[in-house]
Amino acid sequence: MTITEDAPAAHVGSRRLRKEDPALLTGEARFIDDLALPGAIWVGVVRSTEAHANIVGIDGSAALAIDGVNEVLSGADLAPLWGEGALPCAWPVTPDMKNPTHLPVATTTAKYVGDAVAVVLADSRYAAADGAAAVVVDYEPLPAVVEIEDAVADGAPLVHADLESNECYTWGLWGDNAAAVDAAFAEAAHVVSEHYLQQRLIPAPMEPRGCAAVPSPAGGELTLYSATQIPHILKVMTAVVLGIPENKLRVVAPSVGGGFGCKLNVYAEEILCSALAMQRGAPVRWTESRTEAAVSTIQGRGQVQHIELAADADGKVQAVRVKLLADMGAYLQLVTPGVPLLGGFLYHGCYDIPNYMFECTSVFTNRTPTDAYRGAGRPEATYAVERAMDSLAVSVGVSPEEIRARNFIGADAFPYTSSAGLVFDSGDYQAVLDKAVALAGLDDRRADQASRVAAGSSKRLGIGFSSYVEMCGLAPSRVLASLDYGAGGWEAATVRISPTCKVQVVTGSTPHGQGHETCWSMIVADQLGVDPDDVEVLHSDTAVSPTGLDTYGSRSLAVGGTAVYMATEKVIDKARAIAAHQLEASEDDLEFSGGVFRVRGTPEAEVPLAGIAFAAFTAHDLPDGMEPNLEAHVTYDPPNFTFPNGTHIAVVEVDTDTGNVDLIDYVAVDDCGVQINPLVVEGQVHGGILQGAAQALYEDAVYNSDGQLVSANLGDYLVPSAAEAPRFRLDSHATPSPTNPMGVKGVGEAGTIAAAPAVINAVVDALRDLGVTDVDMPASPQTVWRAIADAQGGAS
Amino acid sequence: MTAVTLTVNGTERSLDVEPRTLLVHALRDDLGLTGTNVGCDSSSCGACTVLVDGQSAKSCTMFAVQADGADITTIEGVADADGTLHPMQQAFHEHHALQCGYCTPGMVMAAISLVDEYPGLDEGGVRHGLEGNLCRCTGYQNIVDAVLAAAGSGGD
Repeated sequence: MTITEDAPAAHVGSRRLRKEDPALLTGEARFIDDLALPGAIWVGVVRSTEAHANIVGIDGSAALAIDGVNEVLSGADLAPLWGEGALPCAWPVTPDMKNPTHLPVATTTAKYVGDAVAVVLADSRYAAADGAAAVVVDYEPLPAVVEIEDAVADGAPLVHADLESNECYTWGLWGDNAAAVDAAFAEAAHVVSEHYLQQRLIPAPMEPRGCAAVPSPAGGELTLYSATQIPHILKVMTAVVLGIPENKLRVVAPSVGGGFGCKLNVYAEEILCSALAMQRGAPVRWTESRTEAAVSTIQGRGQVQHIELAADADGKVQAVRVKLLADMGAYLQLVTPGVPLLGGFLYHGCYDIPNYMFECTSVFTNRTPTDAYRGAGRPEATYAVERAMDSLAVSVGVSPEEIRARNFIGADAFPYTSSAGLVFDSGDYQAVLDKAVALAGLDDRRADQASRVAAGSSKRLGIGFSSYVEMCGLAPSRVLASLDYGAGGWEAATVRISPTCKVQVVTGSTPHGQGHETCWSMIVADQLGVDPDDVEVLHSDTAVSPTGLDTYGSRSLAVGGTAVYMATEKVIDKARAIAAHQLEASEDDLEFSGGVFRVRGTPEAEVPLAGIAFAAFTAHDLPDGMEPNLEAHVTYDPPNFTFPNGTHIAVVEVDTDTGNVDLIDYVAVDDCGVQINPLVVEGQVHGGILQGAAQALYEDAVYNSDGQLVSANLGDYLVPSAAEAPRFRLDSHATPSPTNPMGVKGVGEAGTIAAAPAVINAVVDALRDLGVTDVDMPASPQTVWRAIADAQGGAS
Repeated sequence: MTAVTLTVNGTERSLDVEPRTLLVHALRDDLGLTGTNVGCDSSSCGACTVLVDGQSAKSCTMFAVQADGADITTIEGVADADGTLHPMQQAFHEHHALQCGYCTPGMVMAAISLVDEYPGLDEGGVRHGLEGNLCRCTGYQNIVDAVLAAAGSGGD
């Protein structure tokens, strides 16, 4: 190993290249579909082509005539496999929330296009696909509820006939504040009242889902391999749903090709393959096709938002009042009902707004279930408040940056207790905005914008702001309890030092592109004074990492990384006791730096960590009563969320003749607390911004009135390419979080949360002098052209 | 079944395939070269890009029988035998041009072909040239920078 003498090596904060890369760059990494499983049964899923229909009959004869197709099984045939079990929802947000039974394969009624109605078992992937396509399902169509607002209309058809209405729940956050909110609106000099539509989005990680269940028939064990973000949660849920003893179940997430929330779930195919593998005593596998993924994997967003701001004559906002309608889809997946709540605390944005009222009514529709998608509730909240703040700026007659400055939570106000009941950790929102303004070259952009207007140019320039704050580091377990979430929010880590002084870190976080192996190594290397290459990071396999709560909600670093840090400190404490014993000194007189314990004032009295590691292994001469080996386990339950924040500025050029929008510049200044590896942070911000900008400009899960998904593949659903992406210009402004010892906050969702309102505010800014005050997402050329035409009274 | 002979990463391979077998499935399932990924079913994403007779091709968009007699290079075949990464792979590593890594093999193969075919590319040329390869993680900026760097160093 490499011991750095003198000062501790500062790997943290450096742009260290990723140790994950070589396997991924050479094709050596193994994704789910890469697993070789000789003799595996291939599953093909027959999916409903109707949004809502009774299943009258299933005819598998044509499928069974295909070479390699062995069985066709209906939902009724399969029902004994799960008995009373059903797909789980872990977040009953209210006591009276409706949660219809969600079987892995429907038995009597299909509730959305893509709902599984039968299964084909075959010898190969081609036979499985052929067989699924050849099964003839006789449907009796029923009226479908497609759009959110249709679900709550009088006389709406029922998605679930056994429920009284399509309402899933209503959840509110107003406490004793309702009267104060009403008073603030009554006294307001400026009131803004806006409606926004959050279109449904398809998460579309580049790797579709897939799973493979491999039984060990003699021993009774089952190993479930899945392209999942949550092997630990999936293990518990699979055990509960199928009644498999947890000690007989192992879940492995191999290399996972992105998730963005859509692999944070317990899916029908995982339960199906597990149950079949146990029954048949043979491996059972399924790989999702892209077009299948569009309807069988959860979608994101899907909200109708109504936000109102009440401000005094200076534009200081006194109250915010929000009503949401949220689309659950046909069933509740793992955390479907909780997604609007994650935004429900943040509709005041990064502003000091004393009075707060939020209410969300969530409804069922005959569409694919929604669930967490990058940002999960927080992009929606940020979009609403940031769009509304721009409207308020117009009403007050000040610039977007000025209305924000007048309302920011002050840098001296932290820890800040928000009117929604959260305690914000740290930040300097004005400093962040000032940096962004300078980086964007705002004055020059505004001059260019004005000159184009003066010249009557059809290429208008728009400049859009978005200042955001998010709650990350999910989550304090007691807070989750107060929100009726079905689990905790802690994370676990084990750190071991081997006899030859190599370090093994076992993390309960589950990476799928974030770079945990590199970053955890850097943290531990600095603490122990070893080289990051001497640290191995193990994860994503419940046999190796038995305790964990996985990766979502920008929690890995703030919770999982903190657990790693604390476990390493615990190991150092033990090593210190051994060092004191060897040096015949008091522990209090020892200092540890660069991997060496020294007696203060007696520099020649020293012992390197390597010596202690070997001594701990041989256990020949340890302090009385001490256990051998250098190893520590920590489960860390965060005392609070973290609150990353930032200001993003988008610059767009809008062609008023065609409605085309070009994103020509994008500036982001983020405060994600202390950065472990800026290279990784910037990568997260880049990708996050493009996903947010894609919601603003390109992506839309378009359903027709029959409930058919029209944009179901990557030819029709516009995931942007390099040609659409702008060059991002980034800066940061770190205010360390006091919540955890490293001062970190998290960054996985920041870009996505900030970007959509920045881009749409820019589009509206470009067209405001033409009378345009709102443009729906995605701001396609057609949508923008119509907005201009409508604003011009149809004359344009 | 139809007999097909391919030269894959310099080695001649003979296999029997159904005529409708896609090249990507022949590479993955018959030859065990799983570095080439499948990301869509509409020739949109480019995760399956390989070189066919030196030019990039989406291996989900041609049948294995169409490649009979062709020289195929996959991601497994671009690094040196001693493990030294190809300059394009090295540039991707140094510019943090990958996160989850699923699009990466196809992106690297497309970039190798692009740089080979169009010397002197500028940023716009790289962005346009990689339009057929989607990445959901990186926002493309580091990919573009990696390709420009590899192009500048004769990255072929």
